[in-house]
Amino acid sequence: MSMLQVDNINVYYGAIHAVKDISFYVDEGEIVTLIGANGAGKSTTLQTISGLLRSRTGSIEFLGKAIQNVPAAKLVAHGLAQVPEGRRVFQQMTVEENLEMGAFTQPNTTIAPNLERVYEQFPRLKERRRQVAGTLSGGEQQMLAMGRALMSGPKLLMLDEPSMGLAPILVEQIFEIIQRLHKAGTTILLVEQNAQMALSVADRGYVLETGRITLTGPGKALLADEAVKKAYLGG
Amino acid sequence: MSILNNLINGISLGSVYAIIALGYTMVYGIAKMLNFAHGDVIMVGAYVCFFATGQFGLPPLAGVLLAMVVCTVLGMVIERLAYKPLRQSASLAVLITAIGVSYFLQNSALLLWKSDPKVFTSVVGTGSVKLFGGELTITHVAIVTVLACVVIMLALTWFTGRTKMGKAMRACSEDKAAAQLMGIDVDRTISMTFAIGSALAAIAGVLLCSTYPSLMPTTGSLPGIKAFTAAVFGGIGSIPGAMLGGILLGIIEIFAKAFNTNISDAVVFAVLIVVLLVKPTGLLGKAVREKV
Ligand SMILES: Nc1ncnc2c1ncn2[C@@H]1O[C@H](COP(=O)(O)OP(=O)(O)OP(=O)(O)O)[C@@H](O)[C@H]1O
Ligand SMILES: [Mg+2]
Repeated sequence: MSMLQVDNINVYYGAIHAVKDISFYVDEGEIVTLIGANGAGKSTTLQTISGLLRSRTGSIEFLGKAIQNVPAAKLVAHGLAQVPEGRRVFQQMTVEENLEMGAFTQPNTTIAPNLERVYEQFPRLKERRRQVAGTLSGGEQQMLAMGRALMSGPKLLMLDEPSMGLAPILVEQIFEIIQRLHKAGTTILLVEQNAQMALSVADRGYVLETGRITLTGPGKALLADEAVKKAYLGG
Repeated sequence: MSILNNLINGISLGSVYAIIALGYTMVYGIAKMLNFAHGDVIMVGAYVCFFATGQFGLPPLAGVLLAMVVCTVLGMVIERLAYKPLRQSASLAVLITAIGVSYFLQNSALLLWKSDPKVFTSVVGTGSVKLFGGELTITHVAIVTVLACVVIMLALTWFTGRTKMGKAMRACSEDKAAAQLMGIDVDRTISMTFAIGSALAAIAGVLLCSTYPSLMPTTGSLPGIKAFTAAVFGGIGSIPGAMLGGILLGIIEIFAKAFNTNISDAVVFAVLIVVLLVKPTGLLGKAVREKV
């Protein structure tokens, strides 16, 4: 059984049909990526899984439990964490307070060890623990957003365009971190516009076009696919 | 000495405004709405204390606590019944609803307790401290009011800065979707904010009526509007701002009154307008950062 099983979801914003009958799955231990152009419906899909949006049809199962009607705030405790698009760190709170918020559902005794683990992954955050998050650089904010999501000890980590707006060297760093997290046992669902990077680290990928999945396959295979090359890899 | 006397009276009145303004500002910070019924919750708190201590002979402290409990419940019920269903609605709809709730509370009070003013008995007695051979008089009420204000300020600073729930509240006020992704129950957090604001309103009501003992169904409305002004003055959404705004407003009002009773309210609002022209976010308000 898959860790995450999404079946036939349809998501609307009023009259706009943003996600059209999408089905896909993520197995334990995988990195799966959803790629697609602006407005393809990637973020909508992630937000529907994390409970911020609702599908009109179908089902979403996580670890064998139907979650399509579970409120977003309850899903964290089930082991699902999302790093939202644009980082969305709490700008006026310190780095450490942001991380504490990530552990909101955790018992107090696990906060300190989780904090240590995150600081080990992101030494830069430790240096800046007392700094207000709004004053961090874009790359640091992305690390904070990822660290914050990791504070709940998620089984599945969903990342929405972690490379957005970052310099190439930072993009490399972020992808290294993603692979490190994966090796350490976290299953990952990665949404990206940077198809090149995403497909090269992913076990499998799905291509989203105006709300529909048009193509799927192993990351390497998609990377070599002519249609994908043309549309997403700059020829 | 009259300047000093005025200053003390101003700080005392300002402390009441500050306590009310804290309720406005906390609710605004988190629910992004102006709870215009907040001033009327103050009035309900004062009535509860009035009847508890007068009619039922409870000790003053018990009266205050009872008023706090009643107002806390009232605030949560108002939020649940009137505002929560409008969470996704236009802010104008919410504002009109809040004005409706305000009228509802005032008219219910009129029906229950009639329009004739009740003479509120001060919960701390009518004693005073006389200094400089009786030239400077500080009432016990003024001392207790200022102390209450300081204690509330410290407690809220501790709560929002040090406790998990308080931090969650700040997180909600910044970004509700992100807060939900952390596992924070936004509905519960908003409800709790109303509870705290309303409990503070009860305290403000009792202190206000201990200083100005005439209690009517409309007692809360003008102080409510002034405290709202104070909250905007200090920077709406900011806790220290509400505090500073409230106290400054009280001082300005008392001095303006000493100068000319008829224009004191006009002066108060004129100051607000000038401050907002110079600094639109209020004294301690932060510019709202647009999300990318
Ligand atoms: N809040 C909203 N209200 C109305 N329409 C929306 C809203 N959010 C997204 N949409 C629309 O839904 C569609 C899918 O948007 P979505 O944000 O899921 O795309 P995306 O694949 O994440 O794009 P990007 O790569 O630019 O982030 C788009 O056509 C978008 O205009
Ligand atoms: Mg997106």
